[in-house]
Amino acid sequence: MKTNNVMLHTITRIVTFIILIFSVYLFFAGHNNPGGGFIGGLMTASALLLLYLGFDMGSIKKALPINFTTMIAAGLLISLLTGITSMFMGDPFLTQYFDYFQLPILGETELTTALPFDLGIYLVVVGIALLIILTIGEDEA
Amino acid sequence: MTALHWATLSPFLLAILIPFLYKYVRKIHTGWFVLLLPITLFILFLQYLPTTSSGLVVMETIAWVPSLGINFTVYLDGLSLLFALLITGIGALVVLYSIYYLSNKTESLNNFYVYLLMFMGAMLGVVISDNLIVLYVFWELTSLASSLLISYWFHREKSTYGAQKSMLITVFGGFGMLGGFSLLYVMTNTFSIRGIIEQADVIAQNPLFIPAMLLVLLGAFTKSAQFPFHIWLPDAMEAPTPVSAYLHSATMVKAGIYLVARLTPVFGGVAEWFWIISAVGLFTLLWGSVSAVRQKDLKSILAFSTISQLGLIMCLLGLGSASLYVGFEGTETILFTTATLAAIFHLINHATFKGSLFMTVGIIDHETGTRDIRKLGGLMAIMPITFTISLVGLAAMAGLPPFNGFLSKEMFFTGLVNATQLDIFNMQTWGFIFPIVGWVASVFTFAYCLIMFFKTFFGKFKPENFDVKHVHEAPIGMLISPIILGSLVILIGFFPNLLTHSIIEPAISAILPDQRFYLDIYHWHGINTELLMTLGVIAFGTMIYLTAKKWMQLSIYLRERDPLNYVYDNGLVGLIKGSTKVTQMQMTGLLRDYFAYMLTFFILAIGYTFIRYEAFAIDTVNVAPISPFMWILVLIFIAATLSVPFIHHRISAVIVVGVIGFLIALFFAVFSAPDLVLTQLLVETVMVVLLLLAFYHLPELRKEKFTPRFNGVNLIISIGVGVLVTLTALSSFALSNQNGLQPISDFFLENAYKLAGGKNVVNVILVDFRGIDTLLEVLVLGIAALGVVTLIKLRMTGREDV
Repeated sequence: MKTNNVMLHTITRIVTFIILIFSVYLFFAGHNNPGGGFIGGLMTASALLLLYLGFDMGSIKKALPINFTTMIAAGLLISLLTGITSMFMGDPFLTQYFDYFQLPILGETELTTALPFDLGIYLVVVGIALLIILTIGEDEA
Repeated sequence: MTALHWATLSPFLLAILIPFLYKYVRKIHTGWFVLLLPITLFILFLQYLPTTSSGLVVMETIAWVPSLGINFTVYLDGLSLLFALLITGIGALVVLYSIYYLSNKTESLNNFYVYLLMFMGAMLGVVISDNLIVLYVFWELTSLASSLLISYWFHREKSTYGAQKSMLITVFGGFGMLGGFSLLYVMTNTFSIRGIIEQADVIAQNPLFIPAMLLVLLGAFTKSAQFPFHIWLPDAMEAPTPVSAYLHSATMVKAGIYLVARLTPVFGGVAEWFWIISAVGLFTLLWGSVSAVRQKDLKSILAFSTISQLGLIMCLLGLGSASLYVGFEGTETILFTTATLAAIFHLINHATFKGSLFMTVGIIDHETGTRDIRKLGGLMAIMPITFTISLVGLAAMAGLPPFNGFLSKEMFFTGLVNATQLDIFNMQTWGFIFPIVGWVASVFTFAYCLIMFFKTFFGKFKPENFDVKHVHEAPIGMLISPIILGSLVILIGFFPNLLTHSIIEPAISAILPDQRFYLDIYHWHGINTELLMTLGVIAFGTMIYLTAKKWMQLSIYLRERDPLNYVYDNGLVGLIKGSTKVTQMQMTGLLRDYFAYMLTFFILAIGYTFIRYEAFAIDTVNVAPISPFMWILVLIFIAATLSVPFIHHRISAVIVVGVIGFLIALFFAVFSAPDLVLTQLLVETVMVVLLLLAFYHLPELRKEKFTPRFNGVNLIISIGVGVLVTLTALSSFALSNQNGLQPISDFFLENAYKLAGGKNVVNVILVDFRGIDTLLEVLVLGIAALGVVTLIKLRMTGREDV
């Protein structure tokens, strides 16, 4: 008997977006409030997991054609490059810089190199959480 | 590099060339090339004779490992030269003999001569080195070469057994000796024997003196086949006969004698040295001669005979060392130096007659195909030359005039009789044992010489006993070496003073420095105790031989093997069995057991540290107040944790573990760590999901109710670990209070915004102050994920069960 999960699908569609937005908020808030790349990444992963749970795996894969292995690699690369950049400035590996800028819409904003570093971590965490769970979940043997 | 260095190393250099000569010059027997070397070396060493006999020494040094005081120092005095001449002289004769003994066609001569040269070089190195470590290196090389030569016919099981046995025993002793040398170094800070002898007085006061002495003697006794380490020598008779003649009669087994003689100035003069060497030597003498009578194989007789004669020399060296105690005052010293003279003289004599006897036995074996005295007989007319040489050698061994054995045996008796007159080292009480045991051993020596002689050459010739169709005299080439050695036996017998001043005197002054002695060896010294003892030996020895029929029925005669072999064999088997058992007992293959080991060790180590340093402390000064909410939380937490081992269902256990995780998150919230709360919640969720996923995939067949096994040991171990960890935490808290350490967190709190522009200190630490940790942790996560993918996607077959 095929069940019709209309409720689940509908709620998933709404909730996923809320979770995603919250995770992005956590990610950006990290420097000054609780949050950061790790938590944001896990939260994003859980939003995506909800999608995988609500819908069947095939359609989500079609909708989100992401290779999570590449994602891990990309994340690591971003973090490493952030660290290496400071070496070009003559500072030790992983020296972070920050400054305050006047941006058009956001007003005075603090921009820091810790952000791309955190982005790398975010990507890796999303990648590994989904990679592990999907690999085990897909395993038929 | 001086001539002496080159001389020591030349056998090794020639050994490199041997395989090429063997391969490309097939027409000429490889031995001929080898022969040139010992002859050259012999002539070279002869040239040093005037130097040493005038009391001078040659000493040359090449730095090897100067930072550790290890230098290749050659030191040539009377004793070294005597041994060097024996090694090269008999070496040359043995090589000549082996050329005829081993066929060019059927034997792998390249192996043989490489090993033999290796041995020759190593032996030269042993006797010529002044540095103890260099001596040790060469010493082990002789063990190695000896084992290789014993197992020359490696397809025979007995050969490899004998090689293994000799290796185990001599290397065991060698290690002991190395320990002794190290102790000598600790005491004197030098490896040079000269340097150690100079400090002999200092060493004698040192508490390490006795251990060093015992360890060095262990090396000497194993190498020189002294009781109870003699058991390897009879089994080494599986080697080709030239090897037995060279290694196991004339040279290698005398390395221990050399060591004892060489270190007499260091250790001599104390009662322990005197008694150990004399007593072990005397007992070996008796044991060897009695065992030799029981043997039925010619080479076995000679092997036990060698053991017994080595015991004799050792005993004499022990007796001679007493003169170092007395000092060189008074006429008394003559009493003791006689023993040393007898030792050196018998050493030379033994090398000559035992070498020739081995060679004649080899000839008999070669020409008849057997060495069993029960099969041999009536060879006198068939092998007249071999017969004559054997007669000379056996008569010398038995101690009959006019051969050299007679002289050394007389001197041996003199030494033993003198020993009874000593009034040191309790000799007044025990000295009488020496002449009695020595005399009994000589009777047995005489008896086995008679047995060897009559059983081989007399009686009826029984051709049906032999595999060889036509039994005949050996070719002349094979006979040259034994003839030369036999002639030496007679020559030394008639003109004993020939060697006295040139060789024996410098050798004795090397063993007993600063001693005055008067040397004159002559045959007739009137009718005295020694002569009567010799006559008694002849009478009783003949009687034993004549009554052979009776005692040969005794069971002790029929059991040929030395009873100590049972100890060795069973010991070896037991060792293997025991270690296998121990390994099987501890290496169970169960991870559970290894965990128990590790944690037990942890408990013991930490517990011992606590007790040893009295480290346990509780400090309640800086303890924060505990709110009722915390109490409730803690109680729930403990209850949840305790319930986990009693949950009989996997899924429930996972859920309870999840509950514990969420409780931890709650703790974090109470202790105001919002980032940790968030992370803990999310990680716990993901982990529970993962565990459930994993359990979903558990194999169908083994789907059984999960019941944790109750195990008292495990309970004790886990409680122990818990208690110790708690105690450690409490103590370190108290310690940090006492020391008033300033936590680093103050710095982070102050500078997070100033230096890194962030208000979330935790995050600033993670990405800025300690960014590299985060980077590597993320890397760990990535590796874990790839690991999961690899494990699941690439299924390996034949996985190991854990």
